[in-house]
Amino acid sequence: MKAVRALFARELSLAWGGGGGPLLACGFLLCLTAILPLAAGGDPRVLAPAALGASWMALALASLLSLERMFERDLEDGALDLLATGPLPLEAVVGIKALAQWLATGLPLALAAPVAALALGQPPELIALTGASAALGGLGFAFTGALGAALALGARRGGLLIAVVVLPLFIPPVVFGAGALTRAASGQSPASALALLGAYVLFALVIVPIAGAAAVRNAQG
Amino acid sequence: MLTRLGIAGLSLSRGERRLFSDLSFALSAGEAAALTGANGAGKTSLLRAVAGFIRPDSGAVVFHDADGEIEAETARRSALHLLGHHEGLKPQRTARQELGFQVEWLGGSAAAMDAAVERLRLAPLLDLETRKLSAGQRRRLSLARLVAVPRALWLLDEPLAPLDEAWRGVAAELMAEHLAGGGMILAAVHDPLPVPARPLDLGGAR
Repeated sequence: MKAVRALFARELSLAWGGGGGPLLACGFLLCLTAILPLAAGGDPRVLAPAALGASWMALALASLLSLERMFERDLEDGALDLLATGPLPLEAVVGIKALAQWLATGLPLALAAPVAALALGQPPELIALTGASAALGGLGFAFTGALGAALALGARRGGLLIAVVVLPLFIPPVVFGAGALTRAASGQSPASALALLGAYVLFALVIVPIAGAAAVRNAQG
Repeated sequence: MLTRLGIAGLSLSRGERRLFSDLSFALSAGEAAALTGANGAGKTSLLRAVAGFIRPDSGAVVFHDADGEIEAETARRSALHLLGHHEGLKPQRTARQELGFQVEWLGGSAAAMDAAVERLRLAPLLDLETRKLSAGQRRRLSLARLVAVPRALWLLDEPLAPLDEAWRGVAAELMAEHLAGGGMILAAVHDPLPVPARPLDLGGAR
C-alpha cells in the first residue's frame, strides 16, 4: 500500500508541478472552443447544434496533450527500471499512472468542458450531465491514452505517434459521450449511451494495464 | 534473502549482434564479481539480463534463497538493486523528493533513509533540484537508495566512475559492509573494484 501511495503521489506531483499539465490541457480546451465560432461563424443557430459534439472533440484532443510525459521520460532517465524493480507488478504501475493521469488532467478537463459547451450555446440544463459524462469519458481517455503512450515508447517523435495510435481508440467514447448529450438535449434518456460509455471505460480499465505493461517490458529489453 | 545467483549457459544478442554465448557463472552470499570487457562487449546488457529486462537467446538466470530456487520475477521485485548510468532522477524535483520516493517505493523506512543521508552526507543537497547536482552527487544519491533499502544483490554499472577519491573510499566501505552482511555484488567496471572480487571477463567487442 505504501508503494501504491508513493507512486501515486509522485505521478500527481510530476503532473502538477513544473509543466502545469492540467492548466495547459484546460487552456487548450478553451482555445479550441474559442476557435470554433471563428471558423464556423458566430451564428448561434449554427453553433448550438454542434456544441455538444464539438465539446467532446475538444475534450478528446486536450486529453492527448500530456500523454507523452507518462512513460517516455521515465524510460529516458532510467526511472522505469526503478519502477520495474519495485514491489508492484508493471501492470499495477501502468494502472496507477493512468489513474493519476485521469486525476491530474481528466478531472480538470471535466470541469472545463461544461464551460466550453456553454460558451458554444449548449442548453444550461445539460451542464451536470456534460461534466459527469466528461469525467467518465476522461477515465477512458486516460487509460487508452496510457496504452498509446506505452506502445509509442522508444519511437522518435513519439508524441505524434501517440496521437495517431490513440485518436482512433478515442472514437467510441466520443460517440457515446456526445450521444448521451444529444439524447438528453432532445428529451430522451441518456442512460443507454452512458451505459455504453461505461462499458468502454471498464474494458479499457481491464485491458490497458495488461497490454501497457507488455509494451513497457518490450521497450525496456 | 537471496543466497545465490546462478547464470547458466547464457547467450545474449542486441539486435543482430551476438554479445556472448554460453556464459556460466555463479555468485554466492558475500561474494563480489568484477565484470570487465571492452566497450560494447555486453557488460550493461548482462546486468540488465540478470535484472530480467532483456530476454536471453538461451540459458537462464537462476536465483536461490535459503529455501531453494525462487522466481526471477520475485527476485527482481524484492531482492535486487540495479544502479545504471541513468539514475532515474527527475530534473525538476528536489533530491529529497526523489530519494524519498525511491526509498518509499522500494519499501524502505524513513529512518533508514535518514541514516543513508547521514552516511553519504547528503543533507546539504536534499533541498536542491536534482538538475543542479553534479554527476558525483547524483551517484551519491543513488548509493543512498542502495543503503536505505536492504536488498541482497547489487547490480552496479561502473559505480565509481563519477565519484572523487574520497567518495570512492566511502563507496568501497559500503560495498565491503554489504558483502560482510551476506550481500552479493555484480559490478561492471573498468578500474579494479575496491573489494575482493572474482573476475568475469567478457572479452573484446564483437
